[in-house]
Amino acid sequence: MFDIERWQEIFDTIRKNKLRTFLTGLSVASGIFMLVILLGFGQGMQNGIAHEFEQDATTIVEVWPGITSKGYRGLNPGRRIQLRNENYETATALYADKIEYKSPLIFVRNVSVNYGKEALVYGVRGVSYDYQFIDNQKMHEGRFLNYQDEVSTGKVAIIGKKIKQDVFKEVNTPVGEFINISGVLFKIVGVFDENEEREEERIYIPITTAQKVFNGANNIDNISYTLPPVENFDQAVVQAIAFKDNLRTYLQQVHTVAPDDTSAIQVWSALEEAKRYFSLVGNIKFFFWFVGICTIIAGVVGVSNIMLIVVKERTREIGIRKALGAKPWSIVGMILHEAIFITTIFGFTGLIFSMGLLELVGPNIEVDYVLNPSVNFNVALTTVFVLILAGAIAGFFPAWRAASVHTITALRDE
Amino acid sequence: MIEIKNLHKSYKMGSNALHVLKGIDFNVDDGELVAIMGSSGSGKSTLLNIIGMLDVADEGEYILDGIPIKNLNETKAANYRNKFLGFIFQSFNLINYKTALENVALPLYYQRMPRKQRQEKAMKYLDQVGLKEWSHHLPSELSGGQKQRVAIARAMVAEPKVLLADELTGALDSTTSYEVMDLIQKINDLGNTILVVTHEVDIAHMCKRIVYLKDGVIIKDEKVKQVKALAHV
Repeated sequence: MFDIERWQEIFDTIRKNKLRTFLTGLSVASGIFMLVILLGFGQGMQNGIAHEFEQDATTIVEVWPGITSKGYRGLNPGRRIQLRNENYETATALYADKIEYKSPLIFVRNVSVNYGKEALVYGVRGVSYDYQFIDNQKMHEGRFLNYQDEVSTGKVAIIGKKIKQDVFKEVNTPVGEFINISGVLFKIVGVFDENEEREEERIYIPITTAQKVFNGANNIDNISYTLPPVENFDQAVVQAIAFKDNLRTYLQQVHTVAPDDTSAIQVWSALEEAKRYFSLVGNIKFFFWFVGICTIIAGVVGVSNIMLIVVKERTREIGIRKALGAKPWSIVGMILHEAIFITTIFGFTGLIFSMGLLELVGPNIEVDYVLNPSVNFNVALTTVFVLILAGAIAGFFPAWRAASVHTITALRDE
Repeated sequence: MIEIKNLHKSYKMGSNALHVLKGIDFNVDDGELVAIMGSSGSGKSTLLNIIGMLDVADEGEYILDGIPIKNLNETKAANYRNKFLGFIFQSFNLINYKTALENVALPLYYQRMPRKQRQEKAMKYLDQVGLKEWSHHLPSELSGGQKQRVAIARAMVAEPKVLLADELTGALDSTTSYEVMDLIQKINDLGNTILVVTHEVDIAHMCKRIVYLKDGVIIKDEKVKQVKALAHV
């Protein structure tokens, strides 16, 4: 390994057999290159999907009432289920220890919204103050709804940043301005920033105000919860599913819904969805690994083939060297040393090129579900070493056979 | 220098065995220039290969410079070849991607001699065969005679006890052959022991002793009056 004479001998050989060296190297470098790019994109997809789910609190569980699809206890199918405040309060009290944030939601319908003389066409929603954390609302300016707004049925509103940009162009800040919702003035107290544009076209008011002022009675349209974070993802999923099932069972009992009626009360858990995506990503990554490993195997086969040809081509040279006093092991050593040296150099070339490409192009990729494709350096390094090892093993057998051929036979090889 | 007693060698060809050497008794003293003559198939190359440890005998004794050569493994044989023997082949057997100098220096590489020293020594021997000017040429840029002279320099460089030449003039025209033989004679005059395998009568007569081989046995072994190759050039 540290025999400088051997190194000189190998450099001589490489220098004088450039094409052979280049072709061997190319199959190694391209194998590594493909593997790293594939793995990078696998990781990119995982990052992308994780990112999509990060935008909302991932432990969110939502309840959406619907229409019963089957008769139950003398009640006809086709009945619309309406959630009420007491459902929310009881459910919240029942599972208080399992809940992190909670909020009912009501869509305020049939109202007109005006700012000065301008009519606004944005959806108005009544929510509780926890909703900020459930929907991951980041405040752009001002504040979100608070407890005081809710108990005092305050006439305050929170608007999305897009509304600010579209409507409040002439004032410094919309905070402190008033909007008119069906004849009732609401003071804007905050502007929120959302990740998704469509969510910015919303106006939030306190749920109590929404119910009282806009004839909501004690109806609610949706309930959202988030569960406390758990370290382990799988455990979190198990918890979310258990919570979801309990919640549905409770609501089904209260509203006299058949336990197997899936459309009457839908409970949706982001974690469960996420798990589905993550297992899909897992499969995709597995597939990429599979393709990558096949690429590496193709590379190894390529290297072995070239080694085989190289050794065959050099049989006579090996014979000459042996006649001049080369020991079999020095022949094997020479061929292996050369093979390992070439695979190492080109393996790392492929690695550097592919990682460079990922570094350069990766952050600029703007596609849904692909984010910052990158590859774990250790994994990439390991594959290079695997390829080097495989190349060495692949080179060993022909080298050993060539070295153990009788010198005289090797010399007769044409 | 070389003592051979009752040497046998046969090659297996499928179910048949081809008995090539059928009991050879043969001695070579220090400083001799011996030609081994015979038609093709007489076993002369096989004998040379066994002497050169490129091949092993089935039976018999072979002592080289007092060392019995038997039970050789490849590593040991490589060692002996490197120290004791220099080869000159009909087809030159130069490594085609190495320059003349590098070819000559190769046996010294296997003696683990440092590069610089190796090249100096190789240059000295190239000079001796008159190819100093051609040291950095590849074999493909040399004529047949030049190639064989490079091969001779390579065989000489490790200062072996015996030089073995297998049909060294076989690929050369007669003028070039005589030039090469002249070189061989000069090397012999310096005291080196040389064995030449040939089927050419004139080449054999440029040696000091001729051993005739036929069908695997020595039929005649005689000292001859050496014809100086220089006379023909």
